[in-house]
Amino acid sequence: MKLAYWMYAGPAHIGTLRVASSFKNVHAIMHAPLGDDYFNVMRSMLERERDFTPVTASIVDRHVLARGSQEKVVDNISRKDKQEKPNLIVLTPTCTSSILQEDLQNFVERASASSDSDIILADVNHYRVNELQAADRTLEQVVRYYLDKARRQENFNVSLTEKPSANIIGIFTLGFHNQHDCRELKRLLKDLGIEINQVIPEGGFVENLHMLPKAWFNLVPYRETGLMTAKYLEKEFGMSYISTTPMGIVDIANCIRQIQERINMQYPILLKKKVNYEPYIDEQTKFISQAAWFSRSIDCQNLTGKKAVVFGDATHAASITKILACEMGIRVSCAGTYCKHDQEWFKEQVQNFCDEIIITDDHTKVGDMIARVEPSAIFGTQMERHIGKRLDIPCGVISSPVHIQNFTLGYRPFLGYEGTNQVADLVYNSFTLGMEDHLLEIFGGHDTKEVITKSLSTDTDLTWNSESLLELNKIPGFVRGKIKRNTEKFARQNGITQITAETMYAAKEALNA
Amino acid sequence: MSIKISETLTFECETGNYHTFCPISCVAWLYQKIEDSFFLVVGTKTCGYFLQNALGVMIFAEPRYAMAELEEGDISAQLNDYQELKRLCLQIKKDRNPSVIIWIGTCTTEIIKMDLEGMAPKLENEIEIPIVVARANGLDYAFTQGEDTVLAAMAHRCPERNLLNEKKQEIKDNKIKKDLFSFRFNDIEQKNTKPKNNLTDKTPLVLFGSLPSTVASQLSLELKRQSIHISGWLPAQRYTDLPVLGNGVYVCGVNPFLSRTATTLMRRRKCKLIGAPFPIGPDGTRAWIEEICSVFGIKTQGLEEREKQVWENLIDYINLVRGKSVFFMGDNLLEISLARFLIRCGMIVYEIGIPYMDKRYQAGELRFLQTTCKKMCIPMPRIVEKPDNYNQIQRMRELQPDLAITGMAHANPLEARGINTKWSVEFTFAQIHGFTNAKDILELVTRPLRRNNNLENLGWTNLVK
Repeated sequence: MKLAYWMYAGPAHIGTLRVASSFKNVHAIMHAPLGDDYFNVMRSMLERERDFTPVTASIVDRHVLARGSQEKVVDNISRKDKQEKPNLIVLTPTCTSSILQEDLQNFVERASASSDSDIILADVNHYRVNELQAADRTLEQVVRYYLDKARRQENFNVSLTEKPSANIIGIFTLGFHNQHDCRELKRLLKDLGIEINQVIPEGGFVENLHMLPKAWFNLVPYRETGLMTAKYLEKEFGMSYISTTPMGIVDIANCIRQIQERINMQYPILLKKKVNYEPYIDEQTKFISQAAWFSRSIDCQNLTGKKAVVFGDATHAASITKILACEMGIRVSCAGTYCKHDQEWFKEQVQNFCDEIIITDDHTKVGDMIARVEPSAIFGTQMERHIGKRLDIPCGVISSPVHIQNFTLGYRPFLGYEGTNQVADLVYNSFTLGMEDHLLEIFGGHDTKEVITKSLSTDTDLTWNSESLLELNKIPGFVRGKIKRNTEKFARQNGITQITAETMYAAKEALNA
Repeated sequence: MSIKISETLTFECETGNYHTFCPISCVAWLYQKIEDSFFLVVGTKTCGYFLQNALGVMIFAEPRYAMAELEEGDISAQLNDYQELKRLCLQIKKDRNPSVIIWIGTCTTEIIKMDLEGMAPKLENEIEIPIVVARANGLDYAFTQGEDTVLAAMAHRCPERNLLNEKKQEIKDNKIKKDLFSFRFNDIEQKNTKPKNNLTDKTPLVLFGSLPSTVASQLSLELKRQSIHISGWLPAQRYTDLPVLGNGVYVCGVNPFLSRTATTLMRRRKCKLIGAPFPIGPDGTRAWIEEICSVFGIKTQGLEEREKQVWENLIDYINLVRGKSVFFMGDNLLEISLARFLIRCGMIVYEIGIPYMDKRYQAGELRFLQTTCKKMCIPMPRIVEKPDNYNQIQRMRELQPDLAITGMAHANPLEARGINTKWSVEFTFAQIHGFTNAKDILELVTRPLRRNNNLENLGWTNLVK
């Protein structure tokens, strides 16, 4: 047992549901007790989804405990099959149902016999993998299922597309700025003359998955999700993949050069000429993206040697660390990730760019580290933002878990050349805010900072009895003054001299009229 | 599909495939209510993830609750439950020193049959902090019923009245007797200019249900106006102030989801339950007070005028809602009382979805709903227990209600389809009890309608292809 208040990565079934509900016309059925469908709330609230989240629960209740699910799961699957006619139904076990040890695979087989949809059982162990690992695994499972299915059928065509093309793997729902990143990646590839074969899982159709091998290569922008799929495709179809995250000027260039290399490998057969992206990289770096110029500008000079701390998932924390250290000259005192399963990679990526590395999923350790290091700015998750608030250190949010304000309506990619602008803004704003704050403190703060709380009743005939004062103190500070004034106004109008709690309520009611 | 609106209350039961919060969410408001408590949720990552996300910002305010996260070793019994819980509870004692630790049992502890009730008394002796066990799990309960399980468990910890009685019989002196008797409400007593000879002086009344302290004192004041004194609340502001219970104590619920607590108070603590409608809305508040007064044989004073006054103050809101229709999808058990209030406001209720319907505990409320429908000449709504959200959405498509009161999972999708929604959870967290707060209910209910008045003519109601 572990005493825990907060976790960075969610339970496994969340990962499975995120992948399943990112595909179009795929339905997930959770084998779960009442209340475990909280995923629907998150998707509906955070992503502001207009459509009903295609996730339902086959409820595990007392009867299921006593007698087993019996027909219930099969019935729920067939019912969903008829109601929604999905292409695929993913039966998702939860931590509760996995200890029941029911033979869910058997339910899947029984339901398959009578359904038009394909049905699979998500294969994840709830006590061994977290949300991100489960998402990675589920995506691979779905892709594998459909490629195996296509293989069994005659019309399986693995010939490459005529023009160079790519699959983007790992864009999905509730991902940190994933929608914007996806748009930016599409634009980048279009600039390079590369067609998009498929984007999975977000917005993809499972019935198109058999066409994945037609792409020339796969692009996996985030390490957390998509690598397993890319590796599977490499093994089965010899498809090469690029897993360099195109975040920050340097890594975007790296990523584009790798793409160039892949395309030119296919050159003798399919293209009449070799591609050369160097001029494009040069143009974008120097003149389209503002980030390179920014790091040269006097603003950024002032940031030189400032201390920062970075914490987040492996992809974002590593990339941001490199951007801060190499592209902006900021001193990263500590870089860390909660992706313990990927710690070797992370350490290798950041070891020359920071003083210290922290690998933990315990937010108190991160908090202690920040308190000890006392950086000028933090780049982390929602949790670090709150640690920053407590310690009075500004924080830029760079990674999940995040709250609704990071599901922005405006276009805010982190990847690609537009992403570099966004990151530069984020970094710069975090630091100036900190500096401004500091200066204000030295010079005694804004002179308008003091809220005018002078009440109308400095020396009136009104007295508050102890009970009403107690009541008044229960009211949150920022409205207390107003309530006090209104109550006294009411008392004066009604000729009351002694204010009791009752007077307060009466005043509230009178005001409502 | 039958969408017939009947003349009498009809009860239906569907599949139970509906969205609601897990009952462990009760820690969110209970840890704030009971100031010296610590809630330990014994469950998995799933429970933790739910709490962390559902409670949003509260998580960052050093809450007095935590997860005892079960790991693989706990599930397969490689680790000793007792030792593990002892280790965590000692740590809690060291860090926070609470007056009580409340263990919240979850689905997982049920399935692996962890004997929390058995371990608690032993551990309690060892670490010298009371441990209360509540099984607020999703296998058996929905959302607000979590509070019910906690309060039912806490009812066993309330001091016994009989002991006090025996002592009292020995004390002949009237003055001392009075002091002993009124030690709980001496504050109110002092303020009363002339001491009244009230029945409640001799027959204690305990109210049960967790309310914000402001609302609790508002309700106390309402009863005080009728010369009724409340001798205690379950739960009190502090665990150490739990009310005295026992034979002859009258109890009355303030929330519709407290049926287990009511049963426990009656059967185990020998209290007398006052079955009344709940003090939600001015009509409900009046009926609630009247019922209590009638039990104590008190004639109410000025209650009718008070109710009338409140209704008059609400007139602007009522003009907005009159004639509009509502559909309750059902997830927090407040539905019957809210529907009754809204019908009295002139709304038409198509369907009252509700997770669980205790017809005995809610009898007063159900009768009141029926008379309200008759009075307002509105057809009786259908009450759907354990609703099926999918079917409900189909019904809503046909009925096109003016307002759907629903969980957050369905709110945005329904809005995108042109159906106004109000999140049902807000009713759980807002102050809705008593005369004073009637406005807050209508404030919530009318918000989408008022929003529409502002956006009406823009032509973008339906936003799905």
